[in-house]
Amino acid sequence: MLQQYAGIGAMLIIAIVFPIIVIAISSIVRPKKAAKYKYETYECGLETQGETWVQFKTNYFMYALVFVAFDVETVFLYPWAVKFMSLGTFAFIEMFIFIAILVIGFWYAWKEGALEWN
Amino acid sequence: MIGLGHFLVLGALLFCIGLYGALTKRNAVAVLMSIELMLNAVNINLVAFSRYLTPDYIAGQVFAVFTIIVAAAEVAVGLAIVIAIYRDRLSVELDDFDWLKW
Amino acid sequence: MSDAVFTVAFYVFSAVTVLAALGVVLKKNLVHSALLLILAFVGVAGIYVLLQADFIAAVQILVYAGAVAILVAFGVMLTKRGDIRESNLANRQKWPALFVVAGVFAVIYALLGQTNWGPLAAAGPEDSVGILATLMLTDFVVPFETAAILLTVAMLGAIVIAKEVKNSK
Repeated sequence: MLQQYAGIGAMLIIAIVFPIIVIAISSIVRPKKAAKYKYETYECGLETQGETWVQFKTNYFMYALVFVAFDVETVFLYPWAVKFMSLGTFAFIEMFIFIAILVIGFWYAWKEGALEWN
Repeated sequence: MIGLGHFLVLGALLFCIGLYGALTKRNAVAVLMSIELMLNAVNINLVAFSRYLTPDYIAGQVFAVFTIIVAAAEVAVGLAIVIAIYRDRLSVELDDFDWLKW
Repeated sequence: MSDAVFTVAFYVFSAVTVLAALGVVLKKNLVHSALLLILAFVGVAGIYVLLQADFIAAVQILVYAGAVAILVAFGVMLTKRGDIRESNLANRQKWPALFVVAGVFAVIYALLGQTNWGPLAAAGPEDSVGILATLMLTDFVVPFETAAILLTVAMLGAIVIAKEVKNSK
């Protein structure tokens, strides 16, 4: 079974080695003239003012929370789907209860305004 | 030949690194990250035991799935608490979270 | 897969995991720590593949390297204060903590050497997803449904805690 991962391993090695080769070649070939304007953020347009590390809105975190809950739900859905035919009705009811509980949570999150952007 | 012992030593190493981070970090988010590392070490142990000791009845992998779920829930609630405290105190330094002391 | 490839793969994934974990703990910049945490999770996923737990490896990538990493990244961005380059410093307990951690590792290592694990299986499970699904929906039904409740409660609790205080109507 582990042989099937040989392709992924080969892909991984290529994905690591290829960028190294390209960056090495470009660092050999490229011109190395230092100029003042080369190190500015934009070649044209306004200069940035103040800190670039600003605090984000909490709303992002709300979306991430709901995403995590349903991301984890997929973890349970997938093996159930693989074995759906052999597990039968009882497993279907179990999964129905499982999703129902999570939908209640989703409904409450919606009601609480976690998905509103303000 | 890699055996059960190698995976357990890896798990122990990862757990100890996480423990060190959880004990020494000032930032609450960094402590949560260290706790995630410790939970991962436990998962490695569970999966390694189920692979080498009970390959036909992989209850260890089921435990690992539940551990991952609990870890996701834990990090969600933990970060929510950190954000709520940050809004109040404007700090994530654990040394500042001392107002339960008298 | 031959033993040599397995050995090399184990040491590569172990090195990636342990070095990334060390980076998480020792880096002074919290953003670097968060990114290295993702690398550590991916390394652990590789270890799961070597343990013939494909499904756990996929879950590891999906939940840890996907969802938990996003949560942690938002946690970092939402609680930023002061200089980001000095955002992840150690407290005064550095040396006592090192002492404790070394002790814990020594105890675990000594116990590992002494324990007799009994007969070890030569081959792992062939169809881990199938066995897992059957186990989870027959023997572990109650934890399965409890996980749904836990997820719902955690999601709602986190939303209630993290939300801005609502204006009373």
